Amino acid sequence: MMEAMDILTTASLWSAVLRIATPLIFGVLGALICERAGVLNLGIEGIMTMGAMIGWLTVYWGGDLWAGLAMAVLAGMVIGWLHAMLTVPLGLSQHVAGLGITLFASALAYYLYRLWVQVGNLPPTIVPFQPWAVPILSDIPFLGEVLFTQTPPTYVALILVGLVAWMLARTPMGLALRMTGENPHAVEAQGLNPMRIRIWAVMVGSGIMALGGAFLTTAAFNSFFPSMVQGRGWICIALVVFASWRPGKALVGALLFALFDAFQLRLQTVVEGVPYQLFLMAPYVLSIVALILVARRARVPEALMQPYRRGER
Amino acid sequence: MTVGDVLELDGITKRFGALVANDDVTLSLKKGEVLALLGENGAGKTTLMNILFGHYAADAGEVRVLGKPLPSAKPRAAIAAGVGMVHQHFTLAGNLTVLENIVIGSESLWKVGMDREGAERKIRALSAQFGLPVDPAARIGDLSVGERQRVEILKALYREARILILDEPTAVLARPEAEQLFTILRGMAKGGLSIIFISHKLHEVMGASDRVVVLRAGKVVAERVTAETTAAELAELMVGRAVARPKRAAHEAGAPVVVAEGLSVTKGGGMALDRVRFEVRAGEILGIVGVSGNGQAMLGRALSGLARPDAGTITFDGRDISRITPRQAVKLGIGRVPEDRQAQGVVGDLAVWENAVLERLRDFSRFGFVRRRAAEAHAAGLIGRFDIRGAAPATRTRLLSGGNMQKLILGRNLAAGPRFLLANQPTRGLDEGAIAGVHAELLMARAEGAAILLISEDLDEAVGLSDRLQAISKGRLSEPILAEDVDARRLGLMMAGVWETRDAV
Amino acid sequence: MRFERREEVSVAALVIAPLLAVVAALMLCAGLIALAGVSPWVAYGEMLRGAFGSRLAVTETFTRASPLILTGLAAAVAFRARLWNIGGEGQFYMGALAAAALGHSALVGWPVPLAWAALAAAGMAAGAMLLLVPAVLRLRFGVDEVVTTLLLNFIVLLFVGLMVEGVLKDPMAFGWPQSVPVAAGLRLPDLVPRSRLHVGIVLAVVVVLVVWLVQARTVFGAETRAAGLNPAAAAFAGVPITATLVKVALLSGGLAGLAGAIEVLGPVGYVTTTMSPGFGYAGIVVAMLAALHPVGVVAASVFVATVFVGADAMSRATGVPSFIADVIMSVALLAMLVALLFTTYRVRR
Repeated sequence: MMEAMDILTTASLWSAVLRIATPLIFGVLGALICERAGVLNLGIEGIMTMGAMIGWLTVYWGGDLWAGLAMAVLAGMVIGWLHAMLTVPLGLSQHVAGLGITLFASALAYYLYRLWVQVGNLPPTIVPFQPWAVPILSDIPFLGEVLFTQTPPTYVALILVGLVAWMLARTPMGLALRMTGENPHAVEAQGLNPMRIRIWAVMVGSGIMALGGAFLTTAAFNSFFPSMVQGRGWICIALVVFASWRPGKALVGALLFALFDAFQLRLQTVVEGVPYQLFLMAPYVLSIVALILVARRARVPEALMQPYRRGER
Repeated sequence: MTVGDVLELDGITKRFGALVANDDVTLSLKKGEVLALLGENGAGKTTLMNILFGHYAADAGEVRVLGKPLPSAKPRAAIAAGVGMVHQHFTLAGNLTVLENIVIGSESLWKVGMDREGAERKIRALSAQFGLPVDPAARIGDLSVGERQRVEILKALYREARILILDEPTAVLARPEAEQLFTILRGMAKGGLSIIFISHKLHEVMGASDRVVVLRAGKVVAERVTAETTAAELAELMVGRAVARPKRAAHEAGAPVVVAEGLSVTKGGGMALDRVRFEVRAGEILGIVGVSGNGQAMLGRALSGLARPDAGTITFDGRDISRITPRQAVKLGIGRVPEDRQAQGVVGDLAVWENAVLERLRDFSRFGFVRRRAAEAHAAGLIGRFDIRGAAPATRTRLLSGGNMQKLILGRNLAAGPRFLLANQPTRGLDEGAIAGVHAELLMARAEGAAILLISEDLDEAVGLSDRLQAISKGRLSEPILAEDVDARRLGLMMAGVWETRDAV
Repeated sequence: MRFERREEVSVAALVIAPLLAVVAALMLCAGLIALAGVSPWVAYGEMLRGAFGSRLAVTETFTRASPLILTGLAAAVAFRARLWNIGGEGQFYMGALAAAALGHSALVGWPVPLAWAALAAAGMAAGAMLLLVPAVLRLRFGVDEVVTTLLLNFIVLLFVGLMVEGVLKDPMAFGWPQSVPVAAGLRLPDLVPRSRLHVGIVLAVVVVLVVWLVQARTVFGAETRAAGLNPAAAAFAGVPITATLVKVALLSGGLAGLAGAIEVLGPVGYVTTTMSPGFGYAGIVVAMLAALHPVGVVAASVFVATVFVGADAMSRATGVPSFIADVIMSVALLAMLVALLFTTYRVRR
């Protein structure tokens, strides 16, 4: 058991925590923006898949790694637009439409990948983002290795948390977004267009989700393969609830989650005789437990999942 | 345009499907004037104001502010032109603060950062100027209904409204609060604002307005200077015909049927019902009056089998019913008319026959299969006996009018000859004709010996129907008084929570 | 643009809506096929031939349709009560595991019909138990069942892996991770000789008819409908909402579990972690295309099975990736949602 505890003090574990947390941070921030505006986006799993594919493909076709991320965001926004059209002006069930979007976006990603990429025995690879040591800061013992020797997208994710938190709390746009998720009628009565706000929130949120997928293929791994998102999108949806729809808490949630994941990965090598599947189940079980723990206390945006129709109450 | 008109509505027409909600409505508002828009529920008042504010687009007609036409269906344009609206159902976000609710929409969405201090100063200044005290940092969800209304008014003032529209502003206020509101509105009018308030309450219109426009079935039927008209004349103009509500006949009450003792229910940490005590006797109507949101809903839930009391008992013929389920209530012969007929009374997408037997599906089934023919026959019987218009057993229930839907709900309860009937806001939102019909049914049930608990926010209704009255305030019930002993002042005080209590410290 | 509710939803509209959705999906996906440099006409022709061009093809299509009928029905009964069971995939595997575990040796020697009944019941119970967890979490703690059922799918798949590499591992499978086989005597008989089509499809259709009868004619069906359409009014009228939803959850989970059990007893014979090509997820599409009607489920299942079986053949013949089947299916689902909207609403300006 001492061995297990020793793992917790290694810098490599904590460095891995940030790496594992990065796609979750993107996903949970994206989902949070959508939900704060009142739209549940269950398309997340598919949007992340599409982001992973497009991000990778852009680089595979000779694009810059950053261009890959940009294209992934664009692809995410396009699919987000589709989800927004179905759920906002048309007011369809956000549950069913979101699942439909996930099925569609994943299927399309796989189809296009097979169409455009020759796959041999092994999936083709690209040169992914390399860790970038922040000058000076990375020389700090332990902390430097953990915090300041990550791949660039991880830094982007961390900055984005602060940016989204600030936007929501401190800008007129953030207020309008939050109000739309609480009471779209109030927004309309003040002369703003809640439909437009929701559509943009879903598009922007979906773009950020797609970054989470793109991180997988351009930083964490170097290739794309089907079902690589592995339910991370669903975990993000659970994390949003766990975080009570707050960006700061979302970061904490994603990190806790990643800590658990990184820890169990290392435990697998230390603890013998326990089937690996039990370790792999842990993240999903943990998500469900997290949901149960906060379910009653969570202050849900009041208009979440309620389609808005003008003049209808 | 005559001199001094700040607002004109010209030939406004609005249709919803086959229904003409507004039919060629023309009216104007002068600077510094308080105009009352009087009409029954469904007369088209709210629709008209929603067109004025830009929530709806009119099918025909034009709105002009200071002579300039307003673009159709753009609240933003209405706000910019100086029109502010206080909705009947407040358009506030309960999880956000007063300040956030007021400033939203006032700054460009692309602005980086917000001027909270400036906004707070402006809100405090407006609060002081118009006598609308409120804490800008408070969360809306923690405020009382009266305070929320102040926030709604401040929202309009913050956007520099010169014309203020209030939709049924007193629906949620007690008499003293309502009087206070009208004093504030008068002060605003003196200060140069122009005000339209919507109401169906004659005493308010008589007391607070300079001029009255009466709307009936979507049309302007009369316009009067308030000082030159009488409540009686307005009543007749509003209803259009003399509809007499049925009168209660003298009648000897029998033994107590339902008795509640020390009944308390907590909800979300607060006390929804606090040591409530009442008894309803056979052949009597006990009226519970009070301002909306004082525990009526919970009282209704407790008596319907939907809420579990934390303390106290309710007995029905001596048997404790405080923990029964709705199904057991139906079986015992307890009839229940819910507060909100659309949300709780019927399943709109089911057929009339299905709603007619929903409470007693098991009586209309054999081996778990629904006896559809018997159920349809039963529904047809209800339709005939209770005069439910526009309905066949197979009609989708949501296609019925409010009044006919209510008759269906009353019918399915009364057909079984209940010993006890809970009637919670039985005429809310109905027109005069339908109200008279519902009242007649309730009085008939009383004559047949049913014990009836009537929960109502309509004082005329409660006083007219009830043998005895109790007021509900903050979850507490007053001692009963006889309907004969009622006077407006005493009832007003009771509803505000001022009464002699036996267990007062 | 504004929507106005139609007074009555016509039956014709409900039949036309899925047809329009399918046509729209095929048209939209024609563009994707053209992207592969193949004429959509040729591709769709190959698909039809692949699904119905030979006796073998037809039997394959119907073999594929039979589990879809049950997973589709599972989704339809749950969605009707507004219980968003997205866990059909996991429930399918639980049912399959239960059938394999008991069918290998425990029930050998029982009278065969009795053993079949016991295996079906075990499969249903396994699926039902799995859905009971999210249903209770929703009713007791207010946890959204969409997320929990989705997460459970991943957990179950890992659990299946654990079983087929562990206690249920087939020692005769040369190290392949697959479960012990069902005893030969307990396999369901073929419907068409020398094909994989077995009596499971008959069973599935019988189940559809029974569920239809229950929904349309019984007190339970009426209460479920009321609870789904307006829970507050149903509760007020005395419909026990919690109990009703639990019963719906048991039925829905049970149907998906039954699909898994039949798949093991019929064409497959054992459990692997890849035995379901997404039957649970496809069931959601089936249910929506069927407008949640039991009889529609049969037709929608045949359509989805046609697309999948046909796409495999078409892919071999033309080189268009077979993932096109998933795209067609998902676009059909989205198009159906829109089509359904216009059966209940009309657009005003």
